[in-house]
Formats: sequence, C-alpha cells, structure tokens
Amino acid sequence: MVRVSFTANLQRHVACPPQDVQAGTLRQVLDRAMPSDGPLRGYVLDDQGALRKHVTVFVGPDAVVDRRGLTDAVPDGAEVWVMQALSGG
Amino acid sequence: MSDKLWVSTRKGLFELDSTDERWAVSAVHHRGVPVSLTLVDPRDGSLLAALDHGHFGTKLQRSTDGGATWTELAAPRFPKDADASMGAVWALAAGGADQPGRVWLGGIPGGLFCSDDHGATWRFVDSLWQREERSQWFGGGADKPAIHTLLVDPNDSRHVTLGVSCGGVWQTYDDGATWALTATGMRAAYMPPDRAGDARIQDPHAIVACPAAPARLWCQHHNGVFRSDDAGQSWVELSDAAQPSAFGFPVAVHPTDPDTAWFVPAVKDEERIPVGGAVVVSRTRDGGRTFEVLREGLPQTHAYDLVYRHALDIDASGERLAFGSTTGNLFVTHDGGERWQAAHHHLPPIYAVCFG
Repeated sequence: MVRVSFTANLQRHVACPPQDVQAGTLRQVLDRAMPSDGPLRGYVLDDQGALRKHVTVFVGPDAVVDRRGLTDAVPDGAEVWVMQALSGG
Repeated sequence: MSDKLWVSTRKGLFELDSTDERWAVSAVHHRGVPVSLTLVDPRDGSLLAALDHGHFGTKLQRSTDGGATWTELAAPRFPKDADASMGAVWALAAGGADQPGRVWLGGIPGGLFCSDDHGATWRFVDSLWQREERSQWFGGGADKPAIHTLLVDPNDSRHVTLGVSCGGVWQTYDDGATWALTATGMRAAYMPPDRAGDARIQDPHAIVACPAAPARLWCQHHNGVFRSDDAGQSWVELSDAAQPSAFGFPVAVHPTDPDTAWFVPAVKDEERIPVGGAVVVSRTRDGGRTFEVLREGLPQTHAYDLVYRHALDIDASGERLAFGSTTGNLFVTHDGGERWQAAHHHLPPIYAVCFG
C-alpha cells in the first residue's frame, strides 16, 4: 500500500485526509486517492489531468518528474506528498 | 438606488452596504482567496463567484442566501480534443428571464461555456472554438486570449454578444449555434497598418449595452473609444474626442440614456497609470461628441490607480456608480459622477465591482 498525504493549505478548501491506496504509477495512485467524481481532484490536477502548475508532488523524498503524464513509479510502501509549490501565491 | 456593493479582489470578495450614502464593509467572503469576478443574478439574486486560487485552479462558488453560505460548483472543463485547459474566469452573465438557470461563462484561454442549471454543470460551446478566425486570436492583458464580455440581449435571449481580448466582437443570434464576427470599424494601432482593420484581432477591453436601447453599444478598446448604433454591426471611433486619453479598461452606460457613458482613462498601454497622476472619470452625455473630465473627490496628485475592465459599475438609477482600483481604492458617486467619495482606501487590488 501507499500513503497519500495532502498539504494542510489544501485542507482549508476541500476535505483531504490521508489515504492508503494500492501502489502503481503516480497516475494510478492519484486516481485511487482522488476519484474523478469528487471535488478534491480538481484542486490538484487541471481539467486535462496534468498536475497543476503550482502544485507539486513528492514520492518519498523525490519531486515528481513527469508532471503531465504522471508516469513516475510509486513502489509499495512509499509515501506520496501532495504539496503547495512556493510559487503561485 | 442600490445600497449594496460586491467587490471582487485579490484577497477575497468584499460586501459593502450603504446607509445614508456612507459605505462600509459588512462582510468578507472567501477571505484571502483571489476572486476574479462575481455575478449577481438579476433573476433570483443568487451570487456566483469565480475564485482563482493561485495554486489550486479556478473554482466556482454559488450562494442563494446573500452570501451567508456558499456551495462549490464544478468548474468548467475543456474537452480533451480542445488542447486547452481552464484558466481564470473573466466573464459571467445570466441568461434571460425566459431561460431559467442559464449562465454564460468565458475566460482564459478563450473558451466559452454555457450552463442551464445555475452553474451546476457546464457545456463547452464548441461552435465558437471551432471558428477558423480563432487561430488569429492572441493574449491581451494575459498571456492567452480571454473572453471578458458577455451581453445577453434583453429583448432576445438567444442573441448574445461577446468581447475577446484579443479576438474582436462576436455575436450569436441562435443561442450559440452559430457566430458572427462584428468588429467592423474598429482599429488596432498595435498591428501593422494593413491589418489595423482586421476584425479578428481587435482588443475591445470592455463592451456595454444600454439596457433601454440595447442596439447602442459602448466599447473601451485598447487604443480608443468606440460606439455602435446597430448592435455591433459597425463601430464608430470617438478617440479624438475622448478626454484626457482614449486608453483605459472599463466603461459604463446609463440604464435609460444611451448617449451617456462613463470611462476611467489611463495614459496609454505602455504607461498604465492615470494621466498626470490624477484619477479622473470621463463622461459623455452626447453620444461621444464631447467628454467631460470629472475630478471632485478623486485623488489628484501622485495617484497610480488603474481600474480594470469589470471594476466600474452603475446601478439601475443611473445616478450611483462605483469603481475600484488596483491600489485598493473604492470610489462611489451618488450624482452621476459630479462628486465622488472614497468608500474604502485600502482594500486588496480590486478586480471587479458590481451593485447588488
């Protein structure tokens, strides 16, 4: 399993408690943590499914590489952090 | 006269109320979040606020109880094959009284959306997006093109006029099924001379229609002031008469007198500050033959306020106007602009002002 945690700055706008989901690509992990019919997804991904410009994601200590395709691997046991970038405020 | 103002700012939506012509902030909604625009629906009084989170994207919030509570609505989404993603909302308009639930929405990068359920769901208006002329559009005020004006004809809800920076003036007469480009007569000083009259690249900063005479349109354009007497089919330039300059963003028209309109000018495009550091409002009462410069109550030294395209509004009486600036000043007049008072001096940068 993978634990997905969200920045506290996002919790101000939309409910986003930490979630434990199956491992896979980052796309698969985020799809499981943020259902397409829920409000959370639109805060993290844009309407084309890419990571928003001023949102960043870490897989463990490493910043996401493929911000559009989200093909980064998320191994079992990893932690995923959805963070607010310092830019864009 | 309207005693309520909704002021959309860089740091939230401010609600102001007037008592005996003195204005004060009565509530702050979405505190700390950029609010690019707010619509007060004249059909039912509901509010639709467009939030432009710096980090988390464009969101819509609706209130049916005067702002006491808000509900987040689904934001419009571009279809996959449009090769675009949703940016800030720059235009909101309620449909006609015969179209319950109809809301039009436009913004960056030039997409138009339509809702028939008060914004709960949105339909992408592909008929406009597919027009070949759109390939000539470019950004003005933002990096990408923006639909910023949406005017629903009070006599025919199927007739909608929209303004695009920079993409001209477009109209539908069949509720969005087809579109006509209607910017003939406009002039673009920022283009090579042989393209100055190209309707596809005009930059109308804002367009308003007189509610009592909707064939009369006023436009504050990037490099001039224009008027139309035929619902936008053709435009007449009035820039030589405009005072103290022909550059600016907002325009307001009197609700019953189509010859009376107000502007808030700035020097010019590469110097977006008031002429001489003095904030003034320009008013014509003769259809644009002459313009008066109104100064009383406005700062006249070292003022650098710029007023955005949605930051000037007029109420149904035609006597009360309000405008807000990038410097966070909010000014109100109760006599058509003869005298102004500061309703607030230190709001966040103001994006839009509307009477409630």
